[in-house]
Amino acid sequence: MTNYQTRFGSLQDFDKGRVEIVDDDPKNYVFSNVFDVASSSAPYERVAVAKNFEYVIEAARAEGTSGWYAADHDEFVLCMDGEIEVHLVKLDKAAVEPGTQGATPLADMPQGRKMGRLVLRRGHMGLLPRGAAYRFHANQPGAMMIQTIEGLVTVQKWAEICQTAA
Amino acid sequence: MAMLESAGNASPSSENLARHTKVLPADNVNGYRSFEAGSFQFKRDEYFARITWPGGSHVIPVDYFLRALMRDIAWGFFYGTVNFDGVFGTTNHYGEVTMFAGLYNDAFRAAGRDFSERFPSDVLMPLFKTMIGDWTNEGYDPFAAPMETGGPWGRKHGANDEAVERARVTATRMVGLPGDTPVRTDANGFPVNRMFADVPQDAPVIEVEPGFENEVSAFNLFAYLSRSDVTWNPSVCSVVGDSLFCPTSEEFILPVDHGNDRCEWFVVLTDEIVWDVKDKASGKNRARVIMKAGDVSCMPADIRHTGYADKRAMLLVWENASSKIPEMIQKGEAPVVSVQF
Ligand SMILES: [Fe+2]
Repeated sequence: MTNYQTRFGSLQDFDKGRVEIVDDDPKNYVFSNVFDVASSSAPYERVAVAKNFEYVIEAARAEGTSGWYAADHDEFVLCMDGEIEVHLVKLDKAAVEPGTQGATPLADMPQGRKMGRLVLRRGHMGLLPRGAAYRFHANQPGAMMIQTIEGLVTVQKWAEICQTAA
Repeated sequence: MAMLESAGNASPSSENLARHTKVLPADNVNGYRSFEAGSFQFKRDEYFARITWPGGSHVIPVDYFLRALMRDIAWGFFYGTVNFDGVFGTTNHYGEVTMFAGLYNDAFRAAGRDFSERFPSDVLMPLFKTMIGDWTNEGYDPFAAPMETGGPWGRKHGANDEAVERARVTATRMVGLPGDTPVRTDANGFPVNRMFADVPQDAPVIEVEPGFENEVSAFNLFAYLSRSDVTWNPSVCSVVGDSLFCPTSEEFILPVDHGNDRCEWFVVLTDEIVWDVKDKASGKNRARVIMKAGDVSCMPADIRHTGYADKRAMLLVWENASSKIPEMIQKGEAPVVSVQF
């Protein structure tokens, strides 16, 4: 039987494609690469790589321990490279105003019951549930994507990350 | 935008809907039934699907036709337009659907030869399902990559109802949560695909304090996708409001030219996918987008696209399911590209 090699990307080894123009503006395709963005970002800087009205996908570099976050809606994290721990705490009282969109950074260690812990490796997706506080930890640099809504922590630097010339 | 208006104009009043459908007897020679939907007629023979309408006719190789019809059914007419090829297809109005010939084809439009009819979705869908059931032979799976299934050709022999009646997977919160869509395993009928034999099948570490079993949850998405038994069939895996992560596994050709009525985003998770992007209304080529693992790209709301993958690839299709979007774009209240910079 023929062996096939699945090509994953990583911070260390990624190969970026591109938009080949026939008759269009490459900016219309908002083309970037998650590993490229994570390589050039500060740890846990949550950079939007996709946006559709209020919803975003953020790409981030996981390295060391993040601050705590909370959101008034579910979010999901997908580990794209490395090993990323997620710590979850059930908040005693809501840390963000109801209806707040996106993740809110918490100033202090949240008060509440420990919910549990996830350890995500490449391809693993975890739930960041509404009403919980969470933080990330990675011993080695990793890369992740977060499915969420544009909020306080969302960084938009499209011109820096996207292909702009044909 | 013009194409959205023209799609709407196909039948400006929703009271003017076509409701006629008919299943005709099986042909004495090739054994296939013929079908009528409004003024359209559908026949198949050993190699082709043949479509006629008042003033015109069209031929599509039956493998192309069945693969496209299968997606149109599985996706519930999907978002926007499903072009089976450069001539024939459907446009979803979410509850109603336009079936057209030449509506998004420059030559047909310029010559005034395009034809379309608008149906209640629940009138057209059952006919499409009967058609794919009758026209799919034993051993052929229109969801599968061509190297993984038999041929659709020849006179009618048997059927493959199990393949064509698969339900589209839609998680309500996330795959793997208690009561939600289950993860895929050998035991529940989803072996690892031959091209993903090297994809790690390890599970995430999940340490749950008592009482939080419904909230502390994770699963191996790449393993889940490595076990998909279908190609080019996005299925919802995680949900934030109207934001749907619809990952899918892709091999060979996306069997439709999808005409977007909103922006749609792609993240290639593994391997490589090439997209051919054309103008939605005219079909003129606009770009080719070459995407490798980690690449992210937006498909604007005024294009149609098809895709190609040699080695089976994992693709995250990201949709915003908000019902307000098509109208906002049509009225010019939202841009055809999600991000301006
Ligand atoms: Fe599409």
